[in-house]
Amino acid sequence: MSEQEISEEETLHVAHLARLGLSGAEVKSFSKQLSAILQHAKDIATLDLDDVVPTKHAISLMNVMREDTVGDSLDRDEVLASAPEAQSGMFVVPKILGES
Amino acid sequence: MDLGAQEIADLVKSSKVSATQVVEAHLDEISRYDSRVNAFLLVMAENALEQAKRIDVRRSKGEELGPLAGVPIALKDNMAVSGFATTCGSKILEGWKPPYTATAVKRLVAADAVLIGKTNLDEFAMGSSTENSAYFPTKNPIDPTKVPGGSSGGSAASVAARFTPIAIGSDTGGSIRQPASLCGIVGVKPTYGLVSRYGLVAFASSLDQIGPFARNVQDAALALQVLAGHDDRDSTSIPGSHFDNSFTDRVAGLRIGVIQEMTTGISGAVEHTLNDAIAFLRSMGATVEAVSIPSTTYGLSAYYLIAPAEASSNLSRFDGVRYGLRVPGADITQTYEQTRAEGFGAEVKRRMMLGTYALSAGYYDALYGRAQKVRTLILDDFAKAYGAYDVLISPTSPTVAFGLGDKTDPLAMYMADVCTIPSNLAGHPAMSVPFGCDEAGLPIGIQVLAPAMGEQIMFSVAQSLQNGAAKPAVPVWRRD
Repeated sequence: MSEQEISEEETLHVAHLARLGLSGAEVKSFSKQLSAILQHAKDIATLDLDDVVPTKHAISLMNVMREDTVGDSLDRDEVLASAPEAQSGMFVVPKILGES
Repeated sequence: MDLGAQEIADLVKSSKVSATQVVEAHLDEISRYDSRVNAFLLVMAENALEQAKRIDVRRSKGEELGPLAGVPIALKDNMAVSGFATTCGSKILEGWKPPYTATAVKRLVAADAVLIGKTNLDEFAMGSSTENSAYFPTKNPIDPTKVPGGSSGGSAASVAARFTPIAIGSDTGGSIRQPASLCGIVGVKPTYGLVSRYGLVAFASSLDQIGPFARNVQDAALALQVLAGHDDRDSTSIPGSHFDNSFTDRVAGLRIGVIQEMTTGISGAVEHTLNDAIAFLRSMGATVEAVSIPSTTYGLSAYYLIAPAEASSNLSRFDGVRYGLRVPGADITQTYEQTRAEGFGAEVKRRMMLGTYALSAGYYDALYGRAQKVRTLILDDFAKAYGAYDVLISPTSPTVAFGLGDKTDPLAMYMADVCTIPSNLAGHPAMSVPFGCDEAGLPIGIQVLAPAMGEQIMFSVAQSLQNGAAKPAVPVWRRD
Protein backbone atom coordinates (compact mmCIF):
# COMPACT_ATOMS: atom_id res chain seq x y z
CA MET A 1 0.00 0.00 0.00
CA SER A 2 1.34 3.40 -0.92
CA GLU A 3 2.74 5.68 1.74
CA GLN A 4 1.81 8.95 0.14
CA GLU A 5 -1.36 10.86 0.58
CA ILE A 6 -3.89 10.93 -2.20
CA SER A 7 -3.06 14.15 -4.00
CA GLU A 8 -5.73 16.51 -5.24
CA GLU A 9 -4.78 15.56 -8.78
CA GLU A 10 -5.29 11.88 -7.98
CA THR A 11 -8.60 12.72 -6.29
CA LEU A 12 -9.78 14.40 -9.48
CA HIS A 13 -8.71 11.39 -11.54
CA VAL A 14 -10.66 8.99 -9.28
CA ALA A 15 -13.69 11.32 -9.38
CA HIS A 16 -13.59 11.16 -13.16
CA LEU A 17 -13.41 7.35 -13.07
CA ALA A 18 -16.47 7.40 -10.77
CA ARG A 19 -18.23 9.93 -13.07
CA LEU A 20 -18.61 12.20 -10.09
CA GLY A 21 -18.40 15.95 -10.45
CA LEU A 22 -16.60 17.50 -7.47
CA SER A 23 -16.34 21.12 -6.35
CA GLY A 24 -12.94 22.58 -5.52
CA ALA A 25 -13.73 22.36 -1.81
CA GLU A 26 -14.77 18.70 -2.15
CA VAL A 27 -11.52 17.85 -3.94
CA LYS A 28 -9.56 19.33 -1.03
CA SER A 29 -11.58 17.65 1.75
CA PHE A 30 -11.82 14.26 0.01
CA SER A 31 -8.11 14.22 -0.67
CA LYS A 32 -7.49 14.64 3.08
CA GLN A 33 -10.24 12.31 4.30
CA LEU A 34 -9.45 9.49 1.86
CA SER A 35 -5.80 9.69 2.85
CA ALA A 36 -6.75 9.35 6.52
CA ILE A 37 -9.06 6.39 5.88
CA LEU A 38 -6.44 4.61 3.76
CA GLN A 39 -3.83 5.37 6.39
CA HIS A 40 -6.00 3.44 8.88
CA ALA A 41 -6.48 0.60 6.38
CA LYS A 42 -2.70 0.23 6.23
CA ASP A 43 -2.87 -2.23 9.12
CA ILE A 44 -3.71 -4.99 6.63
CA ALA A 45 -0.55 -4.24 4.64
CA THR A 46 1.52 -5.78 7.43
CA LEU A 47 -0.25 -9.16 7.30
CA ASP A 48 1.37 -12.09 5.52
CA LEU A 49 -1.33 -12.98 3.01
CA ASP A 50 0.71 -14.68 0.29
CA ASP A 51 -0.86 -18.10 0.70
CA VAL A 52 -4.35 -16.90 1.54
CA VAL A 53 -7.14 -17.43 -0.99
CA PRO A 54 -9.40 -14.37 -1.36
CA THR A 55 -13.07 -14.63 -0.33
CA LYS A 56 -15.46 -12.94 -2.72
CA HIS A 57 -18.58 -14.29 -1.10
CA ALA A 58 -18.98 -15.73 2.40
CA ILE A 59 -21.56 -18.37 1.48
CA SER A 60 -20.33 -20.38 -1.46
CA LEU A 61 -23.07 -21.24 -3.88
CA MET A 62 -22.11 -22.79 -7.20
CA ASN A 63 -23.88 -22.33 -10.52
CA VAL A 64 -27.38 -21.54 -9.39
CA MET A 65 -29.56 -22.61 -12.31
CA ARG A 66 -33.27 -22.47 -13.05
CA GLU A 67 -35.52 -23.55 -15.88
CA ASP A 68 -35.64 -21.07 -18.73
CA THR A 69 -39.36 -20.42 -18.61
CA VAL A 70 -41.48 -17.45 -19.60
CA GLY A 71 -42.60 -15.42 -16.59
CA ASP A 72 -44.05 -12.03 -15.80
CA SER A 73 -41.83 -9.06 -16.52
CA LEU A 74 -42.15 -5.42 -15.65
CA ASP A 75 -44.58 -3.32 -17.69
CA ARG A 76 -42.61 -1.18 -20.16
CA ASP A 77 -44.72 1.95 -19.82
CA GLU A 78 -44.66 1.71 -16.04
CA VAL A 79 -40.85 1.48 -16.07
CA LEU A 80 -40.47 4.33 -18.53
CA ALA A 81 -42.80 6.49 -16.44
CA SER A 82 -39.97 6.77 -13.87
CA ALA A 83 -37.37 7.86 -16.43
CA PRO A 84 -36.26 11.50 -16.60
CA GLU A 85 -37.05 11.41 -20.34
CA ALA A 86 -38.61 8.72 -22.51
CA GLN A 87 -40.01 8.57 -26.02
CA SER A 88 -41.50 5.86 -28.27
CA GLY A 89 -40.87 3.15 -25.69
CA MET A 90 -37.22 4.08 -25.17
CA PHE A 91 -35.05 6.04 -22.74
CA VAL A 92 -33.89 9.36 -24.16
CA VAL A 93 -30.21 10.19 -23.50
CA PRO A 94 -27.99 13.05 -24.60
CA LYS A 95 -26.24 12.43 -27.92
CA ILE A 96 -23.30 10.08 -27.36
CA LEU A 97 -21.56 10.08 -30.76
CA GLY A 98 -19.98 13.32 -31.93
CA GLU A 99 -20.62 14.84 -35.38
CA SER A 100 -17.86 14.18 -37.85
CA MET B 1 -49.33 0.66 21.65
CA ASP B 2 -47.23 -1.37 23.99
CA LEU B 3 -48.65 -4.54 22.45
CA GLY B 4 -46.14 -6.79 20.76
CA ALA B 5 -46.57 -8.42 17.36
CA GLN B 6 -47.60 -11.83 18.68
CA GLU B 7 -50.18 -10.27 21.01
CA ILE B 8 -51.66 -8.19 18.18
CA ALA B 9 -51.81 -11.19 15.83
CA ASP B 10 -53.54 -13.29 18.52
CA LEU B 11 -56.11 -10.56 19.25
CA VAL B 12 -56.87 -10.00 15.57
CA LYS B 13 -57.09 -13.72 14.78
CA SER B 14 -59.53 -14.26 17.64
CA SER B 15 -61.60 -11.20 16.59
CA LYS B 16 -61.06 -9.49 19.95
CA VAL B 17 -59.64 -6.49 18.13
CA SER B 18 -59.95 -5.59 14.44
CA ALA B 19 -56.92 -4.97 12.25
CA THR B 20 -58.46 -1.57 11.50
CA GLN B 21 -58.48 -0.64 15.20
CA VAL B 22 -54.86 -1.72 15.53
CA VAL B 23 -53.76 0.27 12.49
CA GLU B 24 -55.77 3.37 13.49
CA ALA B 25 -54.20 3.35 16.96
CA HIS B 26 -50.67 3.09 15.56
CA LEU B 27 -51.27 5.76 12.90
CA ASP B 28 -52.59 8.01 15.66
CA GLU B 29 -49.43 7.48 17.71
CA ILE B 30 -47.27 8.30 14.67
CA SER B 31 -49.20 11.48 13.88
CA ARG B 32 -48.94 12.57 17.50
CA TYR B 33 -45.28 11.90 18.21
CA ASP B 34 -43.26 11.36 15.04
CA SER B 35 -42.51 15.09 14.82
CA ARG B 36 -40.30 14.51 17.90
CA VAL B 37 -38.48 11.54 16.38
CA ASN B 38 -38.64 11.87 12.58
CA ALA B 39 -38.62 8.12 12.05
CA PHE B 40 -40.77 8.17 8.91
CA LEU B 41 -40.06 9.44 5.40
CA LEU B 42 -43.51 8.30 4.27
CA VAL B 43 -46.60 7.22 6.21
CA MET B 44 -48.79 4.96 4.06
CA ALA B 45 -52.00 5.69 6.03
CA GLU B 46 -54.54 5.14 3.27
CA ASN B 47 -52.89 1.96 2.06
CA ALA B 48 -52.55 0.64 5.62
CA LEU B 49 -56.24 1.22 6.41
CA GLU B 50 -57.29 -0.48 3.15
CA GLN B 51 -55.04 -3.43 3.89
CA ALA B 52 -56.46 -3.65 7.43
CA LYS B 53 -60.00 -3.54 6.10
CA ARG B 54 -59.32 -6.44 3.73
CA ILE B 55 -57.89 -8.46 6.61
CA ASP B 56 -60.99 -7.73 8.73
CA VAL B 57 -63.31 -8.75 5.88
CA ARG B 58 -61.45 -12.04 5.46
CA ARG B 59 -61.59 -12.65 9.20
CA SER B 60 -65.35 -12.00 9.26
CA LYS B 61 -65.76 -14.60 6.51
CA GLY B 62 -64.02 -17.10 8.76
CA GLU B 63 -60.82 -17.25 6.71
CA GLU B 64 -57.67 -18.19 8.54
CA LEU B 65 -55.25 -15.29 8.89
CA GLY B 66 -51.46 -15.31 8.60
CA PRO B 67 -48.95 -15.27 11.48
CA LEU B 68 -48.62 -11.46 11.40
CA ALA B 69 -52.38 -10.78 11.20
CA GLY B 70 -52.94 -7.03 11.51
CA VAL B 71 -49.40 -6.30 12.74
CA PRO B 72 -48.26 -2.81 11.64
CA ILE B 73 -44.80 -2.88 10.09
CA ALA B 74 -42.42 -0.09 9.10
CA LEU B 75 -39.94 -0.61 6.25
CA LYS B 76 -36.55 0.97 5.82
CA ASP B 77 -36.86 3.14 2.73
CA ASN B 78 -34.38 1.13 0.66
CA MET B 79 -36.91 -1.64 0.04
CA ALA B 80 -39.22 -1.39 -2.94
CA VAL B 81 -43.00 -1.32 -2.60
CA SER B 82 -44.69 -1.03 -5.98
CA GLY B 83 -46.24 2.40 -6.50
CA PHE B 84 -44.76 4.01 -3.37
CA ALA B 85 -41.80 6.38 -3.37
CA THR B 86 -38.50 4.68 -2.45
CA THR B 87 -35.85 7.29 -1.79
CA CYS B 88 -32.99 5.42 -0.05
CA GLY B 89 -32.67 8.68 1.88
CA SER B 90 -31.19 10.23 -1.26
CA LYS B 91 -32.11 13.16 -3.49
CA ILE B 92 -31.03 11.15 -6.51
CA LEU B 93 -34.11 8.90 -6.14
CA GLU B 94 -36.56 11.58 -5.00
CA GLY B 95 -39.96 10.87 -6.51
CA TRP B 96 -39.03 7.45 -7.90
CA LYS B 97 -41.83 4.92 -7.56
CA PRO B 98 -40.62 1.37 -8.16
CA PRO B 99 -42.74 -0.78 -10.48
CA TYR B 100 -42.06 -3.88 -8.35
CA THR B 101 -42.16 -5.03 -4.73
CA ALA B 102 -39.32 -6.56 -2.70
CA THR B 103 -39.72 -10.28 -1.94
CA ALA B 104 -39.32 -9.63 1.80
CA VAL B 105 -42.22 -7.17 1.66
CA LYS B 106 -44.37 -9.61 -0.34
CA ARG B 107 -43.76 -12.26 2.31
CA LEU B 108 -44.82 -9.86 5.09
CA VAL B 109 -48.00 -8.91 3.25
CA ALA B 110 -48.76 -12.58 2.53
CA ALA B 111 -48.50 -13.16 6.31
CA ASP B 112 -51.18 -10.42 6.76
CA ALA B 113 -48.83 -7.79 8.17
CA VAL B 114 -49.85 -4.19 7.43
CA LEU B 115 -47.32 -1.82 5.79
CA ILE B 116 -47.57 1.42 7.70
CA GLY B 117 -44.73 3.45 6.24
CA LYS B 118 -41.16 3.88 5.01
CA THR B 119 -38.49 4.86 7.51
CA ASN B 120 -35.52 7.19 7.39
CA LEU B 121 -31.95 5.97 6.84
CA ASP B 122 -28.45 7.16 6.13
CA GLU B 123 -28.32 7.80 2.38
CA PHE B 124 -28.08 4.43 0.60
CA ALA B 125 -27.55 2.84 4.05
CA MET B 126 -24.11 4.43 4.38
CA GLY B 127 -23.67 5.64 7.95
CA SER B 128 -24.06 4.81 11.61
CA SER B 129 -26.28 7.63 12.87
CA THR B 130 -29.03 8.32 10.26
CA GLU B 131 -27.60 11.86 10.05
CA ASN B 132 -26.55 11.18 6.43
CA SER B 133 -30.17 11.15 5.26
CA ALA B 134 -30.68 13.80 2.58
CA TYR B 135 -34.03 14.65 4.19
CA PHE B 136 -33.59 15.03 7.97
CA PRO B 137 -31.86 13.28 10.85
CA THR B 138 -33.86 10.86 13.00
CA LYS B 139 -33.68 11.26 16.78
CA ASN B 140 -33.36 8.59 19.44
CA PRO B 141 -36.77 8.18 21.15
CA ILE B 142 -35.06 7.41 24.46
CA ASP B 143 -33.23 10.76 24.35
CA PRO B 144 -33.99 13.07 21.38
CA THR B 145 -30.62 14.84 21.70
CA LYS B 146 -28.93 11.56 20.70
CA VAL B 147 -28.71 9.69 17.41
CA PRO B 148 -30.69 6.47 16.98
CA GLY B 149 -27.70 4.82 15.32
CA GLY B 150 -27.74 3.76 11.71
CA SER B 151 -28.12 3.20 8.98
CA SER B 152 -31.57 1.73 9.79
CA GLY B 153 -32.15 4.46 12.41
CA GLY B 154 -35.72 5.24 11.33
CA SER B 155 -36.78 1.59 11.66
CA ALA B 156 -35.11 1.25 15.07
CA ALA B 157 -36.71 4.50 16.26
CA SER B 158 -40.14 3.38 15.02
CA VAL B 159 -39.99 0.26 17.19
CA ALA B 160 -38.40 1.98 20.22
CA ALA B 161 -40.99 4.78 20.07
CA ARG B 162 -43.84 2.22 19.98
CA PHE B 163 -44.94 3.42 16.51
CA THR B 164 -44.82 -0.18 15.25
CA PRO B 165 -44.10 -3.47 17.06
CA ILE B 166 -41.85 -4.58 14.19
CA ALA B 167 -39.75 -2.76 11.61
CA ILE B 168 -37.55 -4.09 8.85
CA GLY B 169 -34.00 -2.92 8.21
CA SER B 170 -30.94 -3.93 6.25
CA ASP B 171 -27.51 -4.68 7.69
CA THR B 172 -24.31 -4.39 5.64
CA GLY B 173 -21.85 -3.67 8.47
CA GLY B 174 -24.10 -3.36 11.53
CA SER B 175 -26.98 -1.23 10.27
CA ILE B 176 -29.60 -3.28 12.13
CA ARG B 177 -27.68 -4.32 15.24
CA GLN B 178 -26.01 -1.00 16.13
CA PRO B 179 -29.25 1.09 16.03
CA ALA B 180 -31.03 -1.71 17.93
CA SER B 181 -28.39 -1.42 20.65
CA LEU B 182 -28.59 2.39 20.76
CA CYS B 183 -32.42 2.39 20.90
CA GLY B 184 -32.78 -0.44 23.43
CA ILE B 185 -34.52 -2.98 21.19
CA VAL B 186 -33.79 -6.32 19.50
CA GLY B 187 -32.24 -6.32 16.01
CA VAL B 188 -31.32 -9.35 13.90
CA LYS B 189 -28.92 -9.76 10.98
CA PRO B 190 -29.67 -13.24 9.61
CA THR B 191 -27.25 -15.56 7.83
CA TYR B 192 -26.37 -14.18 4.40
CA GLY B 193 -28.79 -15.77 1.93
CA LEU B 194 -31.55 -16.58 4.43
CA VAL B 195 -33.69 -13.57 3.42
CA SER B 196 -34.09 -12.60 -0.24
CA ARG B 197 -32.47 -9.33 -1.28
CA TYR B 198 -34.73 -8.93 -4.32
CA GLY B 199 -36.11 -5.38 -4.18
CA LEU B 200 -33.56 -4.19 -1.62
CA VAL B 201 -31.58 -1.39 -3.26
CA ALA B 202 -28.03 -2.79 -3.33
CA PHE B 203 -25.23 -1.19 -1.30
CA ALA B 204 -22.61 -3.96 -0.99
CA SER B 205 -24.14 -7.09 -2.50
CA SER B 206 -21.89 -9.65 -0.80
CA LEU B 207 -22.66 -8.18 2.65
CA ASP B 208 -26.24 -6.80 2.56
CA GLN B 209 -28.90 -8.70 4.46
CA ILE B 210 -32.49 -7.82 5.43
CA GLY B 211 -33.63 -8.44 9.00
CA PRO B 212 -36.17 -7.46 11.67
CA PHE B 213 -36.34 -5.10 14.66
CA ALA B 214 -38.72 -5.83 17.55
CA ARG B 215 -39.13 -5.00 21.23
CA ASN B 216 -38.68 -8.60 22.27
CA VAL B 217 -36.82 -11.66 21.01
CA GLN B 218 -39.96 -13.71 20.25
CA ASP B 219 -41.42 -11.02 17.98
CA ALA B 220 -38.10 -10.71 16.12
CA ALA B 221 -38.17 -14.48 15.58
CA LEU B 222 -41.78 -14.37 14.41
CA ALA B 223 -40.83 -11.75 11.82
CA LEU B 224 -37.74 -13.67 10.72
CA GLN B 225 -39.77 -16.84 10.23
CA VAL B 226 -41.96 -14.92 7.77
CA LEU B 227 -39.02 -13.20 6.01
CA ALA B 228 -36.79 -16.27 5.62
CA GLY B 229 -36.91 -18.60 2.64
CA HIS B 230 -35.52 -19.27 -0.80
CA ASP B 231 -36.33 -16.89 -3.64
CA ASP B 232 -35.67 -17.61 -7.32
CA ARG B 233 -35.22 -13.89 -7.90
CA ASP B 234 -32.10 -13.72 -5.71
CA SER B 235 -29.32 -15.99 -6.95
CA THR B 236 -27.54 -15.73 -3.57
CA SER B 237 -30.61 -16.98 -1.71
CA ILE B 238 -29.82 -20.33 -0.03
CA PRO B 239 -31.86 -23.17 -1.57
CA GLY B 240 -34.25 -24.81 0.88
CA SER B 241 -33.48 -22.29 3.62
CA HIS B 242 -36.01 -21.49 6.31
CA PHE B 243 -36.10 -20.38 9.93
CA ASP B 244 -38.15 -22.40 12.38
CA ASN B 245 -39.48 -20.11 15.09
CA SER B 246 -39.14 -22.61 17.95
CA PHE B 247 -36.30 -22.17 20.39
CA THR B 248 -35.81 -22.38 24.11
CA ASP B 249 -34.22 -20.04 26.64
CA ARG B 250 -31.93 -22.81 27.88
CA VAL B 251 -28.24 -22.03 27.94
CA ALA B 252 -27.24 -24.64 30.53
CA GLY B 253 -24.31 -26.64 29.17
CA LEU B 254 -23.66 -24.23 26.30
CA ARG B 255 -20.11 -23.10 25.66
CA ILE B 256 -20.08 -19.33 25.08
CA GLY B 257 -16.99 -17.37 23.98
CA VAL B 258 -16.52 -13.66 24.69
CA ILE B 259 -14.60 -12.08 21.81
CA GLN B 260 -11.56 -10.46 23.44
CA GLU B 261 -10.76 -8.15 20.53
CA MET B 262 -14.19 -6.53 21.02
CA THR B 263 -13.71 -5.78 24.71
CA THR B 264 -10.96 -3.21 24.22
CA GLY B 265 -11.76 0.42 23.49
CA ILE B 266 -15.32 0.13 24.81
CA SER B 267 -16.85 2.55 27.28
CA GLY B 268 -17.01 1.75 31.00
CA ALA B 269 -20.79 1.37 31.00
CA VAL B 270 -20.65 -1.02 28.04
CA GLU B 271 -17.97 -3.09 29.77
CA HIS B 272 -20.07 -3.17 32.92
CA THR B 273 -23.12 -4.42 31.00
CA LEU B 274 -21.04 -7.06 29.22
CA ASN B 275 -19.77 -8.32 32.57
CA ASP B 276 -23.34 -8.45 33.90
CA ALA B 277 -24.37 -10.49 30.87
CA ILE B 278 -21.46 -12.90 31.36
CA ALA B 279 -22.36 -13.34 35.04
CA PHE B 280 -26.01 -13.92 34.17
CA LEU B 281 -25.24 -16.55 31.51
CA ARG B 282 -22.95 -18.34 33.97
CA SER B 283 -25.69 -18.29 36.60
CA MET B 284 -27.95 -19.98 34.05
CA GLY B 285 -25.44 -22.80 33.67
CA ALA B 286 -23.46 -21.78 30.58
CA THR B 287 -19.68 -21.99 30.41
CA VAL B 288 -18.47 -18.52 29.47
CA GLU B 289 -14.83 -17.95 28.54
CA ALA B 290 -12.71 -15.37 26.78
CA VAL B 291 -11.78 -16.28 23.20
CA SER B 292 -9.41 -14.50 20.86
CA ILE B 293 -10.39 -13.99 17.22
CA PRO B 294 -7.29 -12.07 16.11
CA SER B 295 -8.31 -11.29 12.53
CA THR B 296 -11.46 -9.43 13.61
CA THR B 297 -9.08 -6.56 14.45
CA TYR B 298 -8.62 -6.12 10.71
CA GLY B 299 -12.36 -6.30 9.97
CA LEU B 300 -12.86 -2.54 9.90
CA SER B 301 -10.06 -1.99 7.37
CA ALA B 302 -11.22 -4.85 5.14
CA TYR B 303 -14.82 -3.71 5.31
CA TYR B 304 -14.06 -0.09 4.41
CA LEU B 305 -12.34 -1.32 1.25
CA ILE B 306 -14.77 -4.10 0.24
CA ALA B 307 -18.06 -2.32 0.95
CA PRO B 308 -17.15 0.93 -0.87
CA ALA B 309 -15.72 -1.10 -3.78
CA GLU B 310 -18.98 -2.99 -4.19
CA ALA B 311 -20.96 0.22 -3.65
CA SER B 312 -19.02 2.14 -6.29
CA SER B 313 -20.02 -0.56 -8.75
CA ASN B 314 -23.64 -0.89 -7.57
CA LEU B 315 -24.32 2.84 -7.48
CA SER B 316 -23.04 3.40 -11.00
CA ARG B 317 -26.64 2.68 -12.06
CA PHE B 318 -27.68 6.10 -10.76
CA ASP B 319 -26.69 7.97 -13.89
CA GLY B 320 -29.75 10.07 -14.69
CA VAL B 321 -30.89 7.83 -17.55
CA ARG B 322 -33.45 5.32 -16.31
CA TYR B 323 -34.82 6.74 -13.06
CA GLY B 324 -34.49 9.55 -10.58
CA LEU B 325 -32.72 12.84 -10.98
CA ARG B 326 -31.12 14.07 -14.22
CA VAL B 327 -29.06 17.25 -14.39
CA PRO B 328 -28.47 17.81 -18.12
CA GLY B 329 -24.93 18.67 -19.21
CA ALA B 330 -23.32 19.50 -22.54
CA ASP B 331 -22.64 15.83 -23.26
CA ILE B 332 -23.36 12.44 -21.69
CA THR B 333 -20.27 12.45 -19.44
CA GLN B 334 -21.14 15.85 -18.06
CA THR B 335 -24.72 14.71 -17.54
CA TYR B 336 -23.48 11.76 -15.50
CA GLU B 337 -21.06 13.88 -13.49
CA GLN B 338 -23.51 16.68 -12.74
CA THR B 339 -26.41 14.35 -11.95
CA ARG B 340 -24.29 12.42 -9.46
CA ALA B 341 -22.69 15.57 -8.04
CA GLU B 342 -26.09 17.03 -7.26
CA GLY B 343 -27.93 13.82 -6.37
CA PHE B 344 -25.49 12.21 -3.92
CA GLY B 345 -24.58 13.47 -0.45
CA ALA B 346 -21.07 13.75 0.99
CA GLU B 347 -20.81 10.28 2.57
CA VAL B 348 -22.01 8.50 -0.57
CA LYS B 349 -19.51 10.49 -2.65
CA ARG B 350 -16.75 9.67 -0.18
CA ARG B 351 -17.46 5.94 -0.45
CA MET B 352 -17.76 6.08 -4.24
CA MET B 353 -14.32 7.67 -4.29
CA LEU B 354 -12.85 5.21 -1.80
CA GLY B 355 -14.29 2.22 -3.67
CA THR B 356 -13.26 3.46 -7.09
CA TYR B 357 -9.75 4.09 -5.76
CA ALA B 358 -9.53 0.61 -4.19
CA LEU B 359 -10.55 -0.95 -7.51
CA SER B 360 -8.41 1.26 -9.75
CA ALA B 361 -5.34 0.15 -11.68
CA GLY B 362 -2.30 -0.12 -9.44
CA TYR B 363 -4.29 -0.45 -6.20
CA TYR B 364 -6.63 -3.36 -6.90
CA ASP B 365 -4.30 -6.06 -5.54
CA ALA B 366 -2.86 -4.00 -2.68
CA LEU B 367 -6.25 -2.79 -1.41
CA TYR B 368 -9.30 -4.70 -2.63
CA GLY B 369 -7.43 -7.97 -3.18
CA ARG B 370 -5.82 -7.91 0.27
CA ALA B 371 -9.13 -7.03 1.91
CA GLN B 372 -10.70 -10.13 0.34
CA LYS B 373 -7.89 -12.23 1.78
CA VAL B 374 -8.51 -10.76 5.24
CA ARG B 375 -12.09 -11.90 4.78
CA THR B 376 -10.76 -15.45 4.45
CA LEU B 377 -8.73 -15.06 7.66
CA ILE B 378 -11.85 -13.91 9.51
CA LEU B 379 -13.84 -16.90 8.22
CA ASP B 380 -11.03 -19.26 9.27
CA ASP B 381 -10.73 -17.69 12.73
CA PHE B 382 -14.49 -17.90 13.30
CA ALA B 383 -14.46 -21.55 12.20
CA LYS B 384 -11.74 -22.26 14.75
CA ALA B 385 -13.68 -20.47 17.52
CA TYR B 386 -16.88 -22.38 16.70
CA GLY B 387 -14.92 -25.58 17.10
CA ALA B 388 -14.68 -24.77 20.81
CA TYR B 389 -17.78 -22.62 21.41
CA ASP B 390 -21.46 -22.89 20.47
CA VAL B 391 -22.01 -19.14 20.26
CA LEU B 392 -19.96 -15.99 20.77
CA ILE B 393 -20.91 -12.76 22.48
CA SER B 394 -19.58 -9.20 22.48
CA PRO B 395 -20.87 -5.68 22.96
CA THR B 396 -22.92 -4.58 19.92
CA SER B 397 -21.57 -1.04 19.98
CA PRO B 398 -18.47 0.28 21.76
CA THR B 399 -20.54 3.14 23.23
CA VAL B 400 -24.09 4.21 24.03
CA ALA B 401 -25.93 6.57 21.65
CA PHE B 402 -23.83 9.64 20.88
CA GLY B 403 -25.11 13.20 20.47
CA LEU B 404 -26.58 14.47 17.20
CA GLY B 405 -23.80 16.27 15.35
CA ASP B 406 -21.06 14.89 17.63
CA LYS B 407 -19.16 12.79 15.10
CA THR B 408 -17.96 14.90 12.22
CA ASP B 409 -14.87 12.88 11.28
CA PRO B 410 -15.82 10.05 8.89
CA LEU B 411 -13.26 7.65 10.36
CA ALA B 412 -14.60 8.20 13.90
CA MET B 413 -18.09 7.33 12.60
CA TYR B 414 -16.77 4.15 10.93
CA MET B 415 -15.43 2.98 14.32
CA ALA B 416 -19.05 2.64 15.54
CA ASP B 417 -19.27 -0.58 13.48
CA VAL B 418 -16.14 -2.25 14.80
CA CYS B 419 -17.99 -5.05 16.67
CA THR B 420 -20.64 -5.71 14.03
CA ILE B 421 -18.62 -5.80 10.79
CA PRO B 422 -16.95 -9.24 11.18
CA SER B 423 -20.31 -11.08 10.99
CA ASN B 424 -21.10 -9.42 7.65
CA LEU B 425 -17.69 -10.30 6.25
CA ALA B 426 -18.26 -13.92 7.38
CA GLY B 427 -21.92 -14.05 6.26
CA HIS B 428 -22.84 -15.25 9.76
CA PRO B 429 -25.96 -14.38 11.76
CA ALA B 430 -25.73 -12.00 14.71
CA MET B 431 -28.24 -10.10 16.78
CA SER B 432 -28.38 -7.40 19.42
CA VAL B 433 -30.39 -7.80 22.62
CA PRO B 434 -30.85 -4.92 25.10
CA PHE B 435 -29.31 -5.89 28.42
CA GLY B 436 -28.46 -2.75 30.42
CA CYS B 437 -28.03 0.99 30.32
CA ASP B 438 -25.61 3.69 31.45
CA GLU B 439 -26.17 6.15 34.34
CA ALA B 440 -28.14 8.45 32.03
CA GLY B 441 -30.49 5.62 31.08
CA LEU B 442 -29.13 5.14 27.54
CA PRO B 443 -29.55 1.53 26.38
CA ILE B 444 -26.72 -0.96 25.88
CA GLY B 445 -27.06 -4.09 23.75
CA ILE B 446 -25.23 -7.41 23.83
CA GLN B 447 -24.37 -8.99 20.49
CA VAL B 448 -24.91 -12.74 20.08
CA LEU B 449 -23.01 -14.28 17.15
CA ALA B 450 -23.51 -17.75 15.68
CA PRO B 451 -22.11 -19.76 12.75
CA ALA B 452 -23.91 -19.75 9.38
CA MET B 453 -27.51 -21.00 9.75
CA GLY B 454 -27.05 -21.01 13.53
CA GLU B 455 -30.11 -18.80 14.13
CA GLN B 456 -31.79 -21.34 16.43
CA ILE B 457 -29.05 -21.38 19.04
CA MET B 458 -28.48 -17.63 18.64
CA PHE B 459 -32.13 -16.98 19.49
CA SER B 460 -31.97 -19.31 22.51
CA VAL B 461 -29.10 -17.32 24.00
CA ALA B 462 -30.83 -14.04 23.13
CA GLN B 463 -34.02 -15.23 24.81
CA SER B 464 -32.08 -16.15 27.92
CA LEU B 465 -30.37 -12.74 27.98
CA GLN B 466 -33.75 -11.07 27.64
CA ASN B 467 -34.94 -12.91 30.75
CA GLY B 468 -32.01 -11.50 32.70
CA ALA B 469 -32.01 -8.00 31.20
CA ALA B 470 -32.76 -4.70 32.86
CA LYS B 471 -36.21 -3.30 32.03
CA PRO B 472 -36.24 -1.92 28.48
CA ALA B 473 -35.85 1.83 28.13
CA VAL B 474 -39.04 3.74 27.35
CA PRO B 475 -39.40 6.75 25.03
CA VAL B 476 -38.74 10.07 26.68
CA TRP B 477 -42.35 11.32 26.50
CA ARG B 478 -43.65 8.19 28.24
CA ARG B 479 -41.24 8.01 31.11
CA ASP B 480 -43.52 9.12 33.94
